[in-house]
Amino acid sequence: MSEVTKKVDARGSFCPGPLMELIKAVKGSQVGDVIEVLSSDAGSAKDIPEWVKKMGHEMVYSEKEGDYWKIAVRKMK
Amino acid sequence: MAKRIAILGGGTAGTTLANRLARQLSHEIRKGEAEVLLISNTDRHIYQPGYLFVAFNEKPLDHFIRPQKSLVHRLVTMVYDDVEKIDVEKKELLSKRNRYAYDYLVIATGSYPDFDAVPGMKEITYNFYTPEGAEKLRDRLATFEGGKIMIVIDVPHKCPAAPLEVTLMLDDYFRRRNMRDKVELLYTYPIGRIHSLQPVADWALPEFEKRNIQYETYFNMESIDPEKKTVNTMDGAEHPFDLLISIPAHKGAPVVLNSGLGDESGFIPTDRYTLKMVGHDDVYVIGDATNLPISKAGSTAHYESETLTHNLISRIRGLPETKLYDGRVACFLENSLGDASFIIFDYNHPPKPADTSELIHWFKAMYNELYWLTARGLM
Repeated sequence: MSEVTKKVDARGSFCPGPLMELIKAVKGSQVGDVIEVLSSDAGSAKDIPEWVKKMGHEMVYSEKEGDYWKIAVRKMK
Repeated sequence: MAKRIAILGGGTAGTTLANRLARQLSHEIRKGEAEVLLISNTDRHIYQPGYLFVAFNEKPLDHFIRPQKSLVHRLVTMVYDDVEKIDVEKKELLSKRNRYAYDYLVIATGSYPDFDAVPGMKEITYNFYTPEGAEKLRDRLATFEGGKIMIVIDVPHKCPAAPLEVTLMLDDYFRRRNMRDKVELLYTYPIGRIHSLQPVADWALPEFEKRNIQYETYFNMESIDPEKKTVNTMDGAEHPFDLLISIPAHKGAPVVLNSGLGDESGFIPTDRYTLKMVGHDDVYVIGDATNLPISKAGSTAHYESETLTHNLISRIRGLPETKLYDGRVACFLENSLGDASFIIFDYNHPPKPADTSELIHWFKAMYNELYWLTARGLM
């Protein structure tokens, strides 16, 4: 498993929301960094992979842990 | 020896908290057992949501500005100074001319628009996130004869509802001036829907479709070409515009960045419930300065100040802290220059927009006048 460079706890975030928190973290990271976001919003499991694919980054994992999701993304460009 | 609560920053968060504390600790302050020290780098207090109404020439900028001294309770020790360093180990704040020791510190230093985050942005963009920007946008809109207006968004930014509001208000503004047919409106958003909140996106989308407001999702800016008047996105596309309105990324205050307390954007790691700076029992963070994944908005600061007022008073009185912040945020959603919706939510309860009505817009207009009671800690 890749080493997580940055963790973002976006549980309980409705606005701006976990994906926007992830975008903020990706912007402030280096190419190759892995950002892990925690989200209590079920929509993140769909929203985040869609955005990642569209922007040309890479999904590392997306898994449910109890009542939240743990999703990691590698910045590719 | 008085226990000193130092509050750094005289915006909505800092001023509201200082006034609430001074009022409720009046007995201790008069007896010399406590002091509320508020330090601001400006003697003007601006109601920032007013910028949106300035841009549409609804009210002049002056309407939303008051002298800070007119808002501060007489038992607050008000100081105007430019603090350059926060030393949480020595428990002191340092400016060029002074050193302020504290027992408890509240960092309320806000957030600042960063027009340098996207190359080309500051050269050509209009905005409603600064006082000068709002007036400049007002003048540009007043003389705009037609063409394509594009709204672009960088993250993170203050008041996540404002980009939608400005777009819906632009539509109404040009309709009221009988020139909507000359104006093309293109709203853009970085993710796959028109607002990060699904219920808010669902609220706005039918309005966009009904009112011929174009939109593009997954729109992630890379640069702006001021010569060609194009926005260049990460997918390599060029998007032409006649007038560009930017929602800039925000970053933390220079003093936070200088003191090495924040993340790479200058936002301070903060406990979401106690609002304490992570790892520091005597330092609290409030308002835009936190790194919490919630809206950077006046209502957030307002609700946070309720938690901190209670807990700081408890500490002064030697009692345990018993209040936790529940993540509450409330936002008006302007649908035009004449009607609006409203949302309220917290960490555990998603928002559900209220039915759009003229009444809610009226309430927003009234709140624009009532805000000064919030800042005074009375509401």
